[in-house]
Amino acid sequence: MKPNTGKYVQQLRAIKVTINKEYVLAFVAVILGLLAGAALMLLTGNNPVSGYYYLFRGGLMNVERVGNTLATATPLIFTGLSVAFAFRTGLFNIGASGQMLIGGLFATAVGLTLDWPKPLLLPVMVFAALVGGGLWAALPGWLKARFNVHEVVATIMMNWIAYWTVFYTVPRYFKGPFLETESQRIPYNASLKLNSLTSLFGGSYINLGIFIALLFVLIAAVILERTTLGYELKAVGFNRHAAESAGISVNKNIILSMTIAGALAGLGGATFYVGYASNMQIGVLPSHGFDGIAVALLGANTPLGVLGASVFFGLLHTGKGFMNAMTRIPPEIADTVMATIIYFAATSIMVERVWTRWRAKRGGVR
Amino acid sequence: MDYVIEMLKIRKEFPGVVACDDITLQLAKGEIHALLGENGAGKSTLMSILFGLYQPDSGTIRVRGNDVRISNPNIANDLGIGMVHQHFKLVENFTVTENIILGSESTRGLLVDVRSAADKIRVLSRRYGLNVEPESKIADVSVGMQQRVEILKMLYRDAEILIFDEPTSVLTPQEVRELMKIMRSLVNEGKSIILITHKLKEIKEIANRCTVIRRGKPVGTVDVATTSQEKLAEMMVGRKVLMKVEKGPENPGETILRLDNLSVRSGRGVLGLKNFSLDVRCGEIVGVAGVDGNGQSELVEAIVGLKKAEEGRILLNGKDVKNMSVRNRIREGMALIPGDRHKYGLILDYSLEDNLVLKVYDSQPYSRNGFLKREAIHQQAEKVISEFDVRSGQGSAGAARSLSGGNQQKAIVGREIDLNPDLLVAVQPTRGLDVGAIEYIHRRIIEQRDRGKAVLLVSLELDEILTLSDRIAVINNGELVGIVQASETNENQVGLMMAGVQREAGV
Repeated sequence: MKPNTGKYVQQLRAIKVTINKEYVLAFVAVILGLLAGAALMLLTGNNPVSGYYYLFRGGLMNVERVGNTLATATPLIFTGLSVAFAFRTGLFNIGASGQMLIGGLFATAVGLTLDWPKPLLLPVMVFAALVGGGLWAALPGWLKARFNVHEVVATIMMNWIAYWTVFYTVPRYFKGPFLETESQRIPYNASLKLNSLTSLFGGSYINLGIFIALLFVLIAAVILERTTLGYELKAVGFNRHAAESAGISVNKNIILSMTIAGALAGLGGATFYVGYASNMQIGVLPSHGFDGIAVALLGANTPLGVLGASVFFGLLHTGKGFMNAMTRIPPEIADTVMATIIYFAATSIMVERVWTRWRAKRGGVR
Repeated sequence: MDYVIEMLKIRKEFPGVVACDDITLQLAKGEIHALLGENGAGKSTLMSILFGLYQPDSGTIRVRGNDVRISNPNIANDLGIGMVHQHFKLVENFTVTENIILGSESTRGLLVDVRSAADKIRVLSRRYGLNVEPESKIADVSVGMQQRVEILKMLYRDAEILIFDEPTSVLTPQEVRELMKIMRSLVNEGKSIILITHKLKEIKEIANRCTVIRRGKPVGTVDVATTSQEKLAEMMVGRKVLMKVEKGPENPGETILRLDNLSVRSGRGVLGLKNFSLDVRCGEIVGVAGVDGNGQSELVEAIVGLKKAEEGRILLNGKDVKNMSVRNRIREGMALIPGDRHKYGLILDYSLEDNLVLKVYDSQPYSRNGFLKREAIHQQAEKVISEFDVRSGQGSAGAARSLSGGNQQKAIVGREIDLNPDLLVAVQPTRGLDVGAIEYIHRRIIEQRDRGKAVLLVSLELDEILTLSDRIAVINNGELVGIVQASETNENQVGLMMAGVQREAGV
């Protein structure tokens, strides 16, 4: 075993270097985005230091705010995981929004129908969301495998089918007492909010969803890095021809990957509609599915990266209102910062190039 | 002598390997200078340094007598150095002109001035006899033509020193002859050429001098006219090379693979393989000879299960595997060395280690209950790496992409033979490899036969078929023309059969 140790060290170092590079690039994107936001604040005649001070304070100043940051991040973690997971198999899941809606609908339907004690009801609801989202994405997966229908087209269409399904189902079966456009409030028994947790975080929106999210970050990472399933999924993503020649069923893995991605987004729906919120509105396609693409991109398509990116975005979302209240900076600046970060993450190849050039120059001086 | 390029004592280290160890290469004006070495010897690294893709750790580069520092390809361009890469760098759905001007577009106002560029290209094309049509799309032109576009790219940028990286590996024999002509006319017009290759025949035919490197170390520079092919091969590999592998008589036994009236559709929907019947017995190598595109890929894909057979039977050890999945056929004892190693053989972004278990990762001890066992995988990889002499700078953790072509192929051969298959299907197993690697892989394939296994060899290189096979099945237009004993035939007869001429009865 002795001669192997050196190799292992080398191996570890290689892994560390690649991870570091991606995270460094994400970090640079964040810094550049913040700088661009600062420039905007300056241009509109505001002080960026106080702007950012209140923005971050707004997301972090007390336990309630921290709780809200985490609660806002929760559905993002799921949609980000969803997009990242599919992407590792070479699939672009643009339908996380629709899968989230269906997941939320399934959870809400179960929650409003069954009158069970909370510890029994919640697992059933969460499982229903998982199944709903999974099925919603399995169909585009099957279409891709069977008829080579591009998953981008199929999942976008599924988004609107989900939208109209909710539009029909909610008023028809779960109509709220006052408004046609929203469902009944789910009872406490069926909510992911926990009184003790809410009071621990000073009355914030935080709910059990964040713990489910953390669990699934771990599960997704284990599947991708440690299991034969992850090995197959990534093999198909990298080179489907070689995977097929090695006896890996490409079609099975495409359907499976989409199903898992959809299940993750569906769970996100549960944490949003029966956790963060307490009823479903019709006529709204949640933006989380698209933010999930951004989060996955910033997090380099790794589960841990997605977690970090989601929490950061949750922080900006939560803090922007406070910034707006304390300064004259419009909250849209925070949205612009997020958009700019995505922009820099997407063009990180340029950042990398500048970096290597700078290093080469320094090397030349030496 | 008057040197246009001098690379003196160039040294370059990568983590784990010294890619170039004090290598010197001097290119005289107007000569064709061959750079000879095995895969992974450091040829490409040396040229990447000259082209500005890598920085040398030490050593000097002189261009026309002046010391230079080439820190990126743009500087190389400015110095008049151009490179035709082995894998072309062309945009498929752009025209020839658009590809050539890409990166140095001349503009008129806000618009790209395509017309005058096309005119310039036409002039260049005529001057060097390249015969390139500036308006055609890259996707529509032949591989040989694409290469000429790459050459034009350099000429368009007024390159004086042209580097050709393995230019003939993708060409048909006719296209190779064309290329040689073009190279001569380039030299006649005053250009200087560095030719990276491991094909001795070509060096003898066209080069003036030849610099040989081996495992990153300089071996020497020789005058081609006064050096024999055998001598060059010995310099490259470091020992006497058998230009022909030794092979004992075959000892065939029971039938392993039986193809019975097999018909397979091609991608275009017509029958690419028609009523094809063939037996492969254990202890023999059956070669399938034919011109490219005559049903070989349909045959192979149907046997291994990548394509459905329309009609007929595929019997492996007497069992009909026609409707079995790829995986089950592997379990039944089939292995494949694919013709395109990048597309079908390897997952280039996976580590070498992960690639070496690509067909066994789901069985014990490499995984249990769906979880990968990294330790067992690592040991298996180390075993194959040492048994098949796979050289990788970063060991088994390095990406498959980072290996040289020969080592990638050795990895595949190792992985497949380690399955201990009853039937080994080898497609073009030595395509693009150097003499040393070819000899090695040939030896391994014969060894497989001598262990009493069946081998089906599909190759476009007639030499390879004739050297390795015990029996030769000739295929033309998807049909079996005939089967001949390798010991009783010759290039001429097989060549005629490849063209579709039936052999006389009774041979």
